[in-house]
Amino acid sequence: MRKEMIAMLLAGGQGSRLGVLTSNVAKPAVSFGGKYRIIDFPLSNCINSGVDTVGVLTQYRPLRLNTHIGIGIPWDLDRNFGGVTILPPYESTTDTDWYTGTANAIFQNIEYMEQYDPEYVLILSGDHIYKMDYEVMLDYHKANRADLTIAVMPVPRSEASRFGIVVTDDSRRVTFFQEKPKEPAGNLASMGIYIFSWKVLKNALITLKNQSNCDFGMHVLPYLLNAGKRLFAYEFNGYWKDVGTLGSYWEANMELIDLVPEFNLYEEYWKIFTQADVLPPCYLAESSTEERCIIGEGAEIYGTVRHSVIGPGVRIERGAVVDGSIVMRGSCIGENAYVEHSILAENVVVGKDTKIGVGEEAENSFNPKVYAFGLATIGENSVIPAGVTIGKNTAVIGKTVADDYPNGALASGGVIFRENADAAEEVDA
Amino acid sequence: MRAVGIILAGGNSSRMKELTTKRAIAAEPIAGSYRSIDFALSNMSNSKVQRVAVLTQYNSRSLNEHMSSSKWWDFGRKQGGLFVFPPVLTQDNSWWYRGTADSIYQNIGWLKESHEPYVVIASGDGVYKLDYNKVLEYHIAKRADITIVCTKCREEDASRFGVIQLGEDGRITDFAEKPMISKADLISAGVYVVRRRLLIELIEKCAEENRWDFVNDILVRYKDLKKLYGYVMDSYWSNISTIESYYKTNMDFLDPDIRDFFFRQEPFIHTKVDDNPPSKYNPGSRVKNSLIAAGCIINGEVENSVLFRKVFVGTNCHIRNSIILNDVYIGDNTTIENCIVESRDTIRAGSYFRGEDGIRVVVEKNERYPI
Repeated sequence: MRKEMIAMLLAGGQGSRLGVLTSNVAKPAVSFGGKYRIIDFPLSNCINSGVDTVGVLTQYRPLRLNTHIGIGIPWDLDRNFGGVTILPPYESTTDTDWYTGTANAIFQNIEYMEQYDPEYVLILSGDHIYKMDYEVMLDYHKANRADLTIAVMPVPRSEASRFGIVVTDDSRRVTFFQEKPKEPAGNLASMGIYIFSWKVLKNALITLKNQSNCDFGMHVLPYLLNAGKRLFAYEFNGYWKDVGTLGSYWEANMELIDLVPEFNLYEEYWKIFTQADVLPPCYLAESSTEERCIIGEGAEIYGTVRHSVIGPGVRIERGAVVDGSIVMRGSCIGENAYVEHSILAENVVVGKDTKIGVGEEAENSFNPKVYAFGLATIGENSVIPAGVTIGKNTAVIGKTVADDYPNGALASGGVIFRENADAAEEVDA
Repeated sequence: MRAVGIILAGGNSSRMKELTTKRAIAAEPIAGSYRSIDFALSNMSNSKVQRVAVLTQYNSRSLNEHMSSSKWWDFGRKQGGLFVFPPVLTQDNSWWYRGTADSIYQNIGWLKESHEPYVVIASGDGVYKLDYNKVLEYHIAKRADITIVCTKCREEDASRFGVIQLGEDGRITDFAEKPMISKADLISAGVYVVRRRLLIELIEKCAEENRWDFVNDILVRYKDLKKLYGYVMDSYWSNISTIESYYKTNMDFLDPDIRDFFFRQEPFIHTKVDDNPPSKYNPGSRVKNSLIAAGCIINGEVENSVLFRKVFVGTNCHIRNSIILNDVYIGDNTTIENCIVESRDTIRAGSYFRGEDGIRVVVEKNERYPI
């Protein structure tokens, strides 16, 4: 038996720019939109596009990801032949390698792909929010008799240097490719979604096997271009959001609460699936008020929620106010606490009368590139004691006590890393 | 667990009015995200019963849809698992299930093929949480023939149930099915534990005599001949065979203690999960003391109500003391009070529904305009 196209989903990355959110979990496993995890979007796209064989490559902190994916039941990817398979790095008799780059990770799993004798291989990454029909892209690939099709979308010139930039001729054939260029030659950015003809991919991976940190953008694409292969750009104009920074992650969540959001989860067509616990409906008490927000199942709201995305099983006590924030599953906001413009990861406990995300902005002392955007970010399983105040551009992870807060406050720009401090520092190193 | 499970889910109740026109009682939606059979199925699964038969008959389509896969209750097994038995035509049988005992009799082969020494029989219309292992332990300790799970109930409800009087040692001294007047405050919860061989014997004897009802023809008739014991359950129990009890059971979940008992204390109740996004509250929404299930979009006011999955509430709506079943679209400027709105209904903008004395069941099959 064979599969026409199989997908390889790169989910091993750490996502260090998400700071304490990825201290304990890989970025694809980070919660999103009050119910989902980021990896649900490419996985759901796969099954909705008729791709029923997906290899998920994991490396950094894979436990949450493994638990989430299981045998693929939520996505109907529990199949007798194909389905979802988790592919961690492995030991072999001659050499043992971590996945050293995106292409290297795929190279190490040639055997997995060969089982299905595919004609095409779809390469995906687990860190974008979008809905896309890969079957349409495959049709385009076939129509062009392409060796490689790269999904691209136009981006503002100012942001172009963050992406791989593709230059094409009139027929959309790629003539030039630059990875994260200082001076971009165009504005078509690669979305990190590739369809390869399997033979071309396999040859390229084997040819480049000794390339250190072998990466698609840095090595495979330039190699194929030089070899005169047929590379085409497939322009995508739908919603696509890179949630690589705390700012863009927060923004993408907030876009969901618009009256008719550009990225609409409520459409019947192209559903997004996820591993959901069986939870009761959310309960909104007499004392609660809610204004423009999304609230997950099993949440119990006694306080006020405004302009926020609240995850499943969250409890917001009487008198507490959550404004412009993301509160992930299982967290608990104590009585009369005030949370503004913050991201609270899973199972955070906020004591009563605590204030988070208040005061004047100040640059973060630890890592100003990560902890910016005026956000207060609290890592998972953290405890914030009662009555303290936490400023803007701050990060906290671990079970903190009142003594950690001189004068009862963490000033804007400060950080506190407790218990998991080692893990947090690794993230920022 | 050393028992197989049988869930009696074939029943209908005329006192559920319009709500049973499209589903069996066992498939009635409960507490926003569940169906009543989830409670019996979850109890079976949580008590580690390995083989469970669900006997269906009346209007079983939506029940079958709900049980389209047994994996939600962890019954997706190679060994044992979930068996769904509607009545079937065979060479020597062309009857529907003529009663509860008959439904077991028509599937006696399954019972004979089982190896477990005991059987737990439960009904599909009870809302409760119970570890059947405790009942079985009690059953064995008392050397009982049949153990009936009992629960306290209000006097006026007694005429709807089997009324039980217990002796000091827990032995049942009297059992009356749906008596007009009753002083006793214990009723049967519709859950029984019995030795498998004894059950087979009783059911076969019953069938020979053309008797088909488990309660009247076995429990009541044998109450003095066999050792019947009562196991008293003191946690929440409710049965949903009337509109009033159905309404009350759903509204009970607005009580934080009851939610805590069912949803925050292990073991949990399982149900078929579907893929609805979290509920969304747009400008104009004002929700007080209500349960809102996933997939709802709220633009108006909701008070003291239970909204099931995928309900859309338009702007300037007022929903009070009502139960809105799944996938209902409520147009703008609508008022709904003291009502149960049937699932998949479309309520036109500007409508007014109010239950004047008692609960009104609203069934509106208007064409849906695109949302």
